[in-house]
Amino acid sequence: MDFTLSKKHEMARQLFKDFAETEVKPLAQEVDETEHFPMATVEKMGKYGFMGIPIPKEYGGQGCDILSYVMCVEELSKVCGTTGVVVSAHTSLCADPILTYGTEEQKKKYLPDLASGKKIGAFGLTEPGAGTDAQGVQTKAVLDGDEWVLNGSKCFITNGEVGDIYIIIAYTDVVEDKRGRKVKKFSAFIVEKGTPGFSFGTKEKKMGIRGSSTYELIFQDCRIPKDALLGPQGKGFPIAMHTLDGGRIGIASQALGLAEGALERTIEYTKERKQFGRSISAQQNTQFQLADMATKVEAARNLVYKAAMKKQQFAEGQKVSYSVEAAMAKLYAAEVAMEVTTKAVQLHGGYGYIREYDVERMMRDAKITEIYEGTSEVQRMVISGSLLK
Amino acid sequence: MKIVVCVKQVPDTKGGVKFNPDGTLDRGAMLAIMNPDDKAGLEAALRLKDEYGAEVTVLTMGLPKAEEVLREAMAMGADKGILVTDRVLGGADTWATSTTLAGALRNLEYDLIITGRQAIDGDTAQVGPQISEHLDLPVISYAKDIKIEGDSVVVERQYDDRYHVLKAKMPCLVTALSELNEPRYMTPGGIFDAYDAEITVWGRKDLKDVDDANLGLNGSPTKIAKASDKVRKGAGEKVELDADESVAYIMGKLKEKHVI
Repeated sequence: MDFTLSKKHEMARQLFKDFAETEVKPLAQEVDETEHFPMATVEKMGKYGFMGIPIPKEYGGQGCDILSYVMCVEELSKVCGTTGVVVSAHTSLCADPILTYGTEEQKKKYLPDLASGKKIGAFGLTEPGAGTDAQGVQTKAVLDGDEWVLNGSKCFITNGEVGDIYIIIAYTDVVEDKRGRKVKKFSAFIVEKGTPGFSFGTKEKKMGIRGSSTYELIFQDCRIPKDALLGPQGKGFPIAMHTLDGGRIGIASQALGLAEGALERTIEYTKERKQFGRSISAQQNTQFQLADMATKVEAARNLVYKAAMKKQQFAEGQKVSYSVEAAMAKLYAAEVAMEVTTKAVQLHGGYGYIREYDVERMMRDAKITEIYEGTSEVQRMVISGSLLK
Repeated sequence: MKIVVCVKQVPDTKGGVKFNPDGTLDRGAMLAIMNPDDKAGLEAALRLKDEYGAEVTVLTMGLPKAEEVLREAMAMGADKGILVTDRVLGGADTWATSTTLAGALRNLEYDLIITGRQAIDGDTAQVGPQISEHLDLPVISYAKDIKIEGDSVVVERQYDDRYHVLKAKMPCLVTALSELNEPRYMTPGGIFDAYDAEITVWGRKDLKDVDDANLGLNGSPTKIAKASDKVRKGAGEKVELDADESVAYIMGKLKEKHVI
């Protein structure tokens, strides 16, 4: 067992780090303040292949592994949580299900533009009445001749209004289970921006990741072609769950990056800040806090990288599940992100509460990692479910 | 068109320079990077490749570790990498280095050779022009812009206060300034491909038409007596005078120092 990164992964990390420091960090504060989606950065990331890291070359991607993708989200999130989630939602929640479940035609049609960043991807499962409880989904798709007709709405959709290609989960059937209860059967669809009947509702004003474009999606008699169905009809729920397993690795990487970024800034700050005639890093309380933060960050990194490697085995055709690893990585990394960013603010004292200091933004950004793509409670359900089956 | 870009792996001096107790550079304590002027030269070559189509080969002399800069160059878009490494080549000054690189270049086909103006660990700016002398090629140094016109290159050569536009028939050698361009990033897929690719490794025996007397430490006429970091300038002398007195004071100082 070797915990050392290969030279190519080290070089990839250096690339993501250089890009993040040069192109992303200078804009992070403004993106947060103005709730401005960093489109120019996304275009640059598209140019350099960051929007298609694990997509195979035959579909215009970079043909790299999941670990490289994870390190990209991690390094971006070290300096800007918004930029990290843009790449994560685009790659894990849109490109990945098309790659996994799409027909050859769908892959050829959508993946090259997603990989080049020419088009941005999004995913819609959550609705006002359906979050953790997927059965609450009200969005319905009915086959009418050669077209599906979609009706309903989705909320809290990342890359909402800036997206071009959306994976939408809707119910297509209601069946009776063994006990005679009515159960919805879901299907997944690929919906393109500009389709008549597809519009955007409210833009959400958020606590953190404020540059991320979070919108309500509305479908009113939205007609999409029959072949917009992704995967088999009635298999939308397992497709959504499998997609979220991958998404959780992306969010775990975002959480990891936020924790690392906050730790780095706190180390710098505590060395500079002087109280009682010496830097506060000379105080044992600071030293012990930093030691705990660094240890937890390291443990989170190991869980996240392990989940990435397990997903890589799946991507290479091995019959393995990475669901539990992804849940553990997200649960732990998100809670570490919240704890480390909160401690970072505390160690910055009054300055940590001021918007000029990055840790203030990072603490707000960290909170969402405990909530979206499955709350920490859902992750615990997934993990305990595997223990008690 | 075939372009060869000569690059050097150098210690990153951004975070300050670190020395061994004997006064030599402590390279192990500093991050190794591609020399910035060389990287600009590579970017120029890659832009020529994008515009006109070209095969870009990167060439370096150094320790086996120097293959990292070749992989980086290939991850940016270079087609081939050649590492010249051999114990007998160690300790080379600019003369021995240019002799070595010329010996390697004699094995290659090229229309254009691009080197950086100078390396940040030596600041001599001699290797590029010396290679051109060894190979009997025209050289244009300090390029801030490079274009191709038929079988010639047209280069804007930078001076402090102006530039010259020079034209040279290929094959020729151009030395590039880091101000020439903003080098592109690598791509993740480019990195993976670069690590799958073979790097050609040459030793002393692969160098063509070179004399051992001109190689390595023994073939280096320059010996470094002592190296030091930049000496910090003192605070200077502060005087508070009105405008006329200030002019008179400055003129007096300049005369005193025989500047005017």
